[in-house]
Amino acid sequence: MSDVAWIDAALTAARPQALGALLRYFRDLDTAEEAFQEACLRALKNWPVNGPPRDPAAWLILVGRNVALDEKRRLNRHEPLPAEELVSDLGDAEASLIERLDSTHYRDDLLRLLFICCHPELPATQQIALALRLVSGLSVKEIGRAFLVSESAMEQRITRAKRRVAEAEIPFETPGAPERAERLAAVAAMIYLLFNEGYSASGGTVHVRVPLCEEAIRLARLLLRLFPSEPEIMGLAALLLLQHARAPARLDADGAIVLLEDQDRGRWNRAMIAEGLALVDKAVRHRRPGPYLVQAAIAAVHAHAPRFEDTDWAEIDLLYATLERLQPSPVVTLNRAVAASKVRGPAAALAMIEPLAAPLSGYFHFFGVKGALLMQLGRGEEARVAFDRAIALANTTAEAAHIRLHLDRLMKDSQPA
Amino acid sequence: MLYALLCYNFESVVGCWSKEKDDAVMAKHAAVAQEFAARGKLGPVARLMPTTTAVTVRAGPEPLVVDGPFAETKEQLLGFYVFDCAELEEAIEAARSLLEETGALEIRPIAAFYPGTGLK
Amino acid sequence: MNGGRTSKGRENAVLYAILCYHDEAEVGAWPKAKDDAVIAKRRLVTDKLAANGKLGPVARLMPTTAATTVRSGREPVVIDGPFAETKEQLLGFYVVDCAALEEAIETARQMGREESGMFEVRPIRYFAPGSGAT
Repeated sequence: MSDVAWIDAALTAARPQALGALLRYFRDLDTAEEAFQEACLRALKNWPVNGPPRDPAAWLILVGRNVALDEKRRLNRHEPLPAEELVSDLGDAEASLIERLDSTHYRDDLLRLLFICCHPELPATQQIALALRLVSGLSVKEIGRAFLVSESAMEQRITRAKRRVAEAEIPFETPGAPERAERLAAVAAMIYLLFNEGYSASGGTVHVRVPLCEEAIRLARLLLRLFPSEPEIMGLAALLLLQHARAPARLDADGAIVLLEDQDRGRWNRAMIAEGLALVDKAVRHRRPGPYLVQAAIAAVHAHAPRFEDTDWAEIDLLYATLERLQPSPVVTLNRAVAASKVRGPAAALAMIEPLAAPLSGYFHFFGVKGALLMQLGRGEEARVAFDRAIALANTTAEAAHIRLHLDRLMKDSQPA
Repeated sequence: MLYALLCYNFESVVGCWSKEKDDAVMAKHAAVAQEFAARGKLGPVARLMPTTTAVTVRAGPEPLVVDGPFAETKEQLLGFYVFDCAELEEAIEAARSLLEETGALEIRPIAAFYPGTGLK
Repeated sequence: MNGGRTSKGRENAVLYAILCYHDEAEVGAWPKAKDDAVIAKRRLVTDKLAANGKLGPVARLMPTTAATTVRSGREPVVIDGPFAETKEQLLGFYVVDCAALEEAIETARQMGREESGMFEVRPIRYFAPGSGAT
């Protein structure tokens, strides 16, 4: 077991806190990043020799701060003494002093960093790229690979994001309570999007994209430590855990998607499921259901079923009804219809989705569900038309394959009309 | 003499361990446990879920329930062992074997122990 | 909306650790009568669980003054005392088998009523009862 392996974990774990603190000192992203980078290089040299510091984050902050101050002094050698704003107001503090002071800033430092990444001025793609670079510490190359773009294209995306951040003049002061509440939703949304980037991966890209799910889970846990009493953040973390728990069964050897009904549940990650369920337990106590929590509760129902046939569809139907109220959308109703068909039969479900034909006219999954329901009603020809439409609308080979799987299954299960 | 070994570490660091590292750590723990078990000296072993799954009840006239662990600490309690050791030194040796690059193990003699009714 | 855990199979059943934190200086100053009364009260609470086969190991730890900590570093260092100074110290734990989080919380609530200290309820990821050393 190499020395570097555990150091990597310690550096990655300390990153958000250390970078956040350096950002507070220097009020400049590039300076903070370079300082942190240099501190990491020194850690890689120093820690294997001297052993790990008691508090890796505090060590990195102290070293990073000194490195950056030295650099500033070096650059300003022929200039008058630096203005008050350039020098940290802590002076030459000892590590223990830094540690004490930083613990009071810890939460705000993290929040500030997250809020910068998820600033509303940034499009979602830039938010995710920035978060992966700044908070998760993935290399530009790794991020590029995960999003199937070249390293230089990703470098540009991140540079653009940083420029926008600089132009938007993000305040470096402590985020106030109203802003905190508002921006929390933005951070949660970014994490959810990031997760879906990984979750939607299939085929050859799986091995570079699935790690995005793990990054999202790590970020969700980080966010939860910052907002320990927020049921929606518990719900978000639970949802990601419960969904990702199915990963070992969700993809076959070629990275093709295995439908929920066909997954070998013995391969589900039970520890992740347990953690997800524990978070749902905590969240429901607040009696403030929100969209993430409801979706997590739906995932929990699946997690409780030993086999697909044991699924409590009535409960899922009820939960989707709640979700419809909280976050009405044609897609939610469509998903509800699938559950409803198991409880009230395919005819009732078909009636539920008819009004969705217009808003979902371009959505392959609508026609997939419609085809499946028609098949169950013995209306084979209409079903075939719907499935053909679905395949035509599929955006990726994975989606088309998804429909074909349904089609194959239903062709197998049903009798010709 | 019964001792509790309380395992503390940064949850955030443990959460960043690669699968290889995690497996290696688990294997190390299993080996230590097995050594005690073989001599009939292994008590309960528990690995806890992260502190994000914790809820704390504050005692009082009307107990208050709060999300989260009992306090925010730099390192978190990740789990514990109960070992039957001839002397403290033996517990210390066990703790040394379980130690990672970060974190600490606290050895606490047990004042009173009840094995319970036997859980499934 | 509930957590749904009470339904069906036990494959997702979970154990809980109830971690008891107290100011040990305060506890150490209790007269024996008070100490006995607190123990008796706790036992009343856990007897119900025990009767249903739901009570796992229970431990009362000696105070942190009796602790020894092995700390990571370049060379592992052995120091007297707990791993960290905190206002309240871990003085004991219970392992309980509860059908739902709410039941574990209620157990802790009953232990804590009219008492002092904090009871952290943490789900257990992995548990093994041991080889009968105890």
